[in-house]
Amino acid sequence: MAKTKVKSTKKWEKGRYYEPIIKRSKYWPVVQLSKNRKAFIEEVAKETLIQIKKMRPSKTQIVEEIETALYREKFRMRSNPWRVDPPDEKPFWDGIKSDLLSLDTDYNEGDEFKILEKIINRYAEEVAGNFKPNRYRFTRRVVKFGFRRLLNAARVQGFFGLFKSDYYLTDNIQIFGKIKQIRNLARDGTIIMVPTHFSNLDSILIGWIIHVLGLPPFIYGAGLNLFNIKIFAYFMNSLGAYKVDRRKKNYLYIETLKMYSHLAIRKGAHSLFFPGGTRSRSGHIEKKLKRGLLGTAIEAQRSILMNNENRKIYVVPVTINYHFVLEAPSLIRDHLKRTGQERFYEEKDKSSTSFKIIKFLIKFFSKGSSISVSIGRPLDVLGNYVDKDGRSLDKQKRVIQIEDYFTLGGQITENIQREEEYTRMLSEKIVEEFHRNNRLTGSHLISYIAFSYWRNKYPQLDLYGFLRVPEEELEIDYGKFREMFIEHRERFIELKRQKKINLSIHMREGDIDEMIQHGLNNLGLFHVKRPLLLKDGKILTHDLATLYYYHNRTDGYEF
Amino acid sequence: MSSEKPVGVLGVGSFGTAMANILSVNADVIMYSRSQERIEEIQKTRSSRGIALRKNIRLTSDLAEISDQCELLFPMIPSSGFRDLMIDLSPLLRPYHILIHGTKGLDLALDPGQDIDSVETISRSHVKTMSDVIREETIAIRVGCLAGPNLAKELAEGHPAATVVASHFNEVIRYGQKYLKTDNFQVYGNSDLRAIELAGVLKNIIAIASGGLQGLGFGENARGMLISRGLIEIIYLGKALGGNVTAFLGLAGIGDLVTTANSSLSRNFTVGQMLARGMTIKDILNEMDEVAEGINTVKIMSKVARHYDAKAPITNTLYNVLFGNMTANEGLEYLMKFPMSRDIEFLKGLD
Repeated sequence: MAKTKVKSTKKWEKGRYYEPIIKRSKYWPVVQLSKNRKAFIEEVAKETLIQIKKMRPSKTQIVEEIETALYREKFRMRSNPWRVDPPDEKPFWDGIKSDLLSLDTDYNEGDEFKILEKIINRYAEEVAGNFKPNRYRFTRRVVKFGFRRLLNAARVQGFFGLFKSDYYLTDNIQIFGKIKQIRNLARDGTIIMVPTHFSNLDSILIGWIIHVLGLPPFIYGAGLNLFNIKIFAYFMNSLGAYKVDRRKKNYLYIETLKMYSHLAIRKGAHSLFFPGGTRSRSGHIEKKLKRGLLGTAIEAQRSILMNNENRKIYVVPVTINYHFVLEAPSLIRDHLKRTGQERFYEEKDKSSTSFKIIKFLIKFFSKGSSISVSIGRPLDVLGNYVDKDGRSLDKQKRVIQIEDYFTLGGQITENIQREEEYTRMLSEKIVEEFHRNNRLTGSHLISYIAFSYWRNKYPQLDLYGFLRVPEEELEIDYGKFREMFIEHRERFIELKRQKKINLSIHMREGDIDEMIQHGLNNLGLFHVKRPLLLKDGKILTHDLATLYYYHNRTDGYEF
Repeated sequence: MSSEKPVGVLGVGSFGTAMANILSVNADVIMYSRSQERIEEIQKTRSSRGIALRKNIRLTSDLAEISDQCELLFPMIPSSGFRDLMIDLSPLLRPYHILIHGTKGLDLALDPGQDIDSVETISRSHVKTMSDVIREETIAIRVGCLAGPNLAKELAEGHPAATVVASHFNEVIRYGQKYLKTDNFQVYGNSDLRAIELAGVLKNIIAIASGGLQGLGFGENARGMLISRGLIEIIYLGKALGGNVTAFLGLAGIGDLVTTANSSLSRNFTVGQMLARGMTIKDILNEMDEVAEGINTVKIMSKVARHYDAKAPITNTLYNVLFGNMTANEGLEYLMKFPMSRDIEFLKGLD
């Protein structure tokens, strides 16, 4: 079996950790934020109120929004209660209800704002994170230590490995891209990291990367559902997370949440958004991004400029490349069920157990499968590239003043519709960068080739029909497959030349059979049913749906 | 404050001049031409293409001056020179500039080594609208276009008319309305920039065909047939280039189509009339003193239709008459035989 361990590259040194750019934690932006937590929450509430009054100028509109929030909250409490929900929820909303009723009986000017304020204050308090540097350090140590011990135990084969530290996380996780530039920009500017999202491992991975790069902790919105589990809640609270409750979709809540992010960014807190919202179910690289939080970066930049400050916000797209995704089979089945409805049915569900996850981790670290993380070129909030000093550049590399984007009639102005349009453009640019920084691995390419080949043999079937074709009927002669591999690889090398994709190192040169073998090994590393395997000179599949998932990663490139 | 800034018009053709006059009601106007000679000529007569210039319009051949003084610019030049102008303008523009163009033509961006005559088919990615060109070549981001039944001569005479300003940005539309609206000139807004641009561009094809029918001596029945068939055809072509159907049903679509397909004031209509008289494309081009965008549009769109296998009998026939050996009469004969048994049923499911 090929034990092709990926060699370190020049850019990435073994065991390398970068010096923290800010040594003392008391100067970390996130610490500053939590030190003044109370004042910050008040500010969030105050600004949200101003914003809502601006957007909903009449009394009727305000009352309508309060009524909608009340109705939805009551419905949520009844239909979907969570453990983490505070016990005083019901009395609170009952109070709002009677406040609303009294608007009709004896109304004094501005009463509706008082109700609004109550709700906003509550939401702001609920969203706010509670960062604790000691806990951050502790958690970081636990994660680092735990991973490393596990790694060594697996590698050195045996219990005594637990006490050695020959292997580092950085052996298996490679970071490529504009590291120095990001570190540089983070000193005077604010970084918004926007990674692709494929696996639950992503948050841990990114947290670790931020630490390795020597950047101070980032704040990020974590789903409130994670806070249901006590141990998670402890760590999340300590890691700069603020809470996002996806059940609450009412206008007042969303405005508060956005204002929290906006103000935190404005105050210089580096932030992390998964702009796709949730993990990619289909295996495709995100094509459509959620614009709500992304828009707060643009709003924050505009309000900084309006205040005559010159702090700049940089958006850094990050593409995470896994050879394989632990939860791929369940993700793709979920996707197919949603898109195909009754046209897709499956035999039985195999959910992940803790045992499986541990088995996976050991396999992962022992077999030398690597994760690579591509840090994209940093952008300003308009999607322009910036130079090493953070100046925005146009296509001809001329310097642009970003305040010009917000200027009308000689003045910087706030214009929500304009900023929505800018957000749309920024999100298109990020998607483009995701694809460009994607590193094609052997496992992705073989999945792409095999799936497309078989799919083309059944043009009369729709996707769901095709997925029900008995797997025994699908095979490719290795010789034929090898030919297709060579041909496709050439095409992607050409795409790389056009800077539309990147190739992982072991795909750039070397023996073709080894590349295919490497891909096959990685793809089959964890999955019980192998998406692709080589048997008696034939390429076969045992799990067509999962193969489809891996195929999708490389889908959508135009040759 | 902002209203004190002059507004810029790039180009001194008849449409540009008519627009400059309208704009001059609401603001001072600077007109740009790269030809110093043309400027001197216009200065002397205070008129361009037979249209008298209003008092508060001044002229310059200095792009830096116009981009420096104006925040709002109206490029009004033929598509053939549009990209070059944008390249020249590019270093002078800043993201606060607002550009609203009035050019109803297409830009072809083929791969290096190719030209329009050497390629058999053209895909959507190679066909650019003028707003695409602005975005590609400059840093200006707040862009828009003007479209609608706006025959320069009638505008110059102050006949009542309306136009559409299309942009993704509401502020661009508002700016356009603020500076263009006069007692006799109504300005509508539309957020579907691409579709409005395409509607304005593609209707020229039908205008040429309509001029051809008239030149052959046919009357209103024939024209009614052409306009309705033509509308469906340009909707299909617009779809191939990524535009929506609805824009074709408004002022910039039907409104402009009916006007230009009926009027000898339209250059494209005139081209059709000359074709019917048996003139060759070379003669026609010699005779015209201003560009008829429709000729180039027919050339591009016929190859686009081929690429997407779209039914475009009128465009293809015009292509053969303009650039092939078909006569106008043969073209008409061919069209009358073209199998189309249904009226507009096949519009179903377009949107």
